Amino acid sequence: MFDVVIIGAGVIGCATAYKLSKYNLKVCVLDKENDVAMGATRANSAIIHAGYDPEPDTLMARLNVDGCAQAKELAKKLSVPYKNVGSMVLAFSDEEAATVQKLYERGVKNGVPDITVLSAEEVFEREPNVSREVVCALWAPSAGIISPWEYAIAFAETANKNGTEFVFDFEVKDIKKEGDVWEISSCDKSVKAKYVINAAGVYSDKIHEMVAEANFEIIPSKGQYYLLDKIEGKKANCTLFQCPSKVGKGVLVSPTVHGNLIVGPDATTSDNRDKVNTTGQQLDFVRNTAGKSVSNINYRNSIRNFAGMRANSNIDDFIIQVAADNFIDLAGIKSPGLSAAPAIADEAIKILASIGAELTEKESYVDSREKVVFKELSAKEKAEVIKKNPLYGRIICRCETITEGEIVDAIHAPIGARTIDGVKRRCNAGMGRCQGGFCGPKVLEIISRELNISPLEVKKDKNGSNVLVSETKEEK
Amino acid sequence: MKEMICIVCPKGCHLKVDENNDYSVTGNACPRGAEYGKNELKNPMRMVTSTVKIEGALLRRCPVKTSVAIPKGKMFEVVQALNSVTVKSPIKCGDVIIKNVAGCEADIISAKSM
Amino acid sequence: MFDIIVLGGGPAGLSAAYSAWKAGAEKILIIERDKELGGILNQCVHNGFGLHYFKEELTGPEYAQRFIEMLKSTNVEVKLDTMVLDVSENKVVSAVNSVDGFMTLEAKAIILAMGCRERTRGAIAIPGDRPAGVYTAGSAQKYLNIDGYMVGKRVLILGSGDIGLIMARRMTLEGAKVLACVEVMPYSGGLNRNIVQCLNDFDIPLYLSHTIVDIQGKERVEKVIVAKVDESRRPINGTEMEFDCDTVLLSVGLIPENELTRGAGIEMDGRTNGAVVFENMETSLEGVFACGNVVHVHDLVDYVTAESARAGEAAAEYVKSGEKNAEIVTVKNGEGVTYTVPQKIRRTDNKFTEVFFRVNRVMADSKINVVSNGEVIATFKREHMAPGEMEKIIIPKKILDSASAEITIETKCEG
Repeated sequence: MFDVVIIGAGVIGCATAYKLSKYNLKVCVLDKENDVAMGATRANSAIIHAGYDPEPDTLMARLNVDGCAQAKELAKKLSVPYKNVGSMVLAFSDEEAATVQKLYERGVKNGVPDITVLSAEEVFEREPNVSREVVCALWAPSAGIISPWEYAIAFAETANKNGTEFVFDFEVKDIKKEGDVWEISSCDKSVKAKYVINAAGVYSDKIHEMVAEANFEIIPSKGQYYLLDKIEGKKANCTLFQCPSKVGKGVLVSPTVHGNLIVGPDATTSDNRDKVNTTGQQLDFVRNTAGKSVSNINYRNSIRNFAGMRANSNIDDFIIQVAADNFIDLAGIKSPGLSAAPAIADEAIKILASIGAELTEKESYVDSREKVVFKELSAKEKAEVIKKNPLYGRIICRCETITEGEIVDAIHAPIGARTIDGVKRRCNAGMGRCQGGFCGPKVLEIISRELNISPLEVKKDKNGSNVLVSETKEEK
Repeated sequence: MKEMICIVCPKGCHLKVDENNDYSVTGNACPRGAEYGKNELKNPMRMVTSTVKIEGALLRRCPVKTSVAIPKGKMFEVVQALNSVTVKSPIKCGDVIIKNVAGCEADIISAKSM
Repeated sequence: MFDIIVLGGGPAGLSAAYSAWKAGAEKILIIERDKELGGILNQCVHNGFGLHYFKEELTGPEYAQRFIEMLKSTNVEVKLDTMVLDVSENKVVSAVNSVDGFMTLEAKAIILAMGCRERTRGAIAIPGDRPAGVYTAGSAQKYLNIDGYMVGKRVLILGSGDIGLIMARRMTLEGAKVLACVEVMPYSGGLNRNIVQCLNDFDIPLYLSHTIVDIQGKERVEKVIVAKVDESRRPINGTEMEFDCDTVLLSVGLIPENELTRGAGIEMDGRTNGAVVFENMETSLEGVFACGNVVHVHDLVDYVTAESARAGEAAAEYVKSGEKNAEIVTVKNGEGVTYTVPQKIRRTDNKFTEVFFRVNRVMADSKINVVSNGEVIATFKREHMAPGEMEKIIIPKKILDSASAEITIETKCEG
């Protein structure tokens, strides 16, 4: 019996678990996949928005600005790659200049700090690769870039260190209430809890409908991206947006915390919430649209395409509500959900308190996270860590300079990596230009060794995504 | 009449070999092509390379090859014969692993010292 | 202080180190990231190596073994399982391994021999789902030949580069079904010999001017859609074919691996993706040489060996007598030529200079001209040229002496 069960181990569920973990509560996080951050959290623009986009007086406006301010400190405390690079919204016409002005005023109302409008010359000075067609731009210095999956992983690990349990491969099929107790069941397991928090992302409406009448609907919106080699990483110094339209914030060009360049997304609705495929047509659209902002991106240096599914809904705001007795929805968390995540978690806790949950702080809890990032160490520090653990002296991922020590750390971390992509999300091995071509077989071998499983059992990603199918030279 | 690409040189002549006319070759730019075409139809031979299981070495497989080319039609049989073999380290490049494999009058030899 | 540090113990590094030793350099170190010497040769268990250099047909491991044995007769030192992190402009190499920890090593000369890597799915933006089952041919080759595992049972191969073709045969012999090889260009990127012996021998169809337009599959590849492409390599609607398969192997090109080269501030050539080199394989940074696939992607390891031997000798010469000062002739690409190596030639007393290059299309009965000041100063005839086959011309000293400070290599197709 848990005090709180959180459904969904994306960044919202994990942030909520992290914030709850300082209280004397028994908390459990459920997810249908085999790791944290398996939905929208791992496939998005990786931006911490400043908060000038949402309409004033919405939850989105308030929680975005608050979350943006929290991100800086949380990233530092929890060793999450984050850079406060700022963002621009580029205007290419007088009409768009008027939009920029409107965004500026909205930003001021929303409490976005230090927001200004830059002249074309000021834009070119900061961003020499931006199209000369630009007439002016909104400049929001508080915006940042982050590693979204590491944000979620850091929250999860810290929560876990404070006693929060995580149960994977748990697809919620049924939720029932008996007396004061919620019982949440998958095909073969069930857990009981006093309070339930629905952070199920693109499935948050389905979860809601297990306990209450439908009062919102998720309309999943797929976005496709290019990720480019570090050679292209300097083509933008901050996040470059175009003027927003009805369908979203449009195609952006941005550096990433890992030094790459990200370009995207488009927005298409999809009937299949799990199908995050890319298409030739939409990738062309992304490239062509981004060309308006920065025309000299060399797409021959592309290292990866991907698509993510945003939990857009038919409501123009985040849906944070008490859906039933002791059951809270954190639903329809579309963009800027990543930016708002820690503030959404605070909001959830406020609601928990208001509906009677007893929140007393633990006498002691962990609120920090450290990890060895070999390539960022000085020569002297490198020598020292290798002396302590020789595995830091063996580079496995040559593109990103990731050592065997870091991979072993990722596997044995509190919510440890179980798959090749899990390792990638935790320590970047395989994230570089060869996309695991060289290090994939070595990472597979390390996972097999450390978890004491056959190489044939090692998965790339989700269950069923085994890398190898059989041994050679088997006698038939 | 059988068509094939000559592999004697990078030019890649498209040969026509007439099996009903003493394997006469057309489309070749040089005499080597004619000989290739004829042999390829009458008696095609191939080197086979593969691996066998090895114990006690740094790695789990030892590369091997046939000592000489074998009839093309025997390739699968030769590879099949490797499944039941496990060699032990140390092994030297050139060591015979299977003698007269699949009755081809060729041996399987190690292609690496391990 | 080393005379020469060689970065990479694959075919290029082995040959460079050996020839540098033979040319009189004494304190030589090879740094290799793998646990054994030989590089990618170790996983290339097929034969066909060495016909030019050893005058016999060897498998990859055998070819590597020959050089490893030759090195045993020298005092060349080797550090295995060691990764170079950085090369500085003043020839200080930072490297790490588990035993020595973090090292800074100095050398009078450095030879870059890091090889190349494979282009990936991301580099060519193949649309679709992102399941397991999509591998570069080289990764699949490592799993198969070194580790002893099959990556799939029903395989489609994209790209007709030699590694892809070789893997078609290997996977077939090991019991997989290879459904087809799909090539976006109207001609194959691999050797005819491999088309015949790896595809035709096993009735594996080769679809030229086709590409993959969609990969489908939730966890593992389930289906691949292939379509014909037009002349600008855009898929043509209505030409789609479906293949039920669990695996896609990519053999879509190799890219020289030059992160260390760029880090050292060495001048690069955007056409080769390698360093700009002189005729003796020296880069723009004095005393730093480069050879093998890190300079430009070769077709045959024999050519890598020969080029690397020149780099090794030149490095030894540099250690002995320092930098050569001479006038420079710049080599430019003309009609039909995609790149040349070297890009710069010093006017030395060499009796001749070899220039390697690639053409941009298949050409029959053609001429190769060396042009200086708008005048053809040398002509070479070829019956057949193709992008997949590296061309070489030998320019005698006399011709080079008559050239201006810039020459252009061009092709003239007569067929």
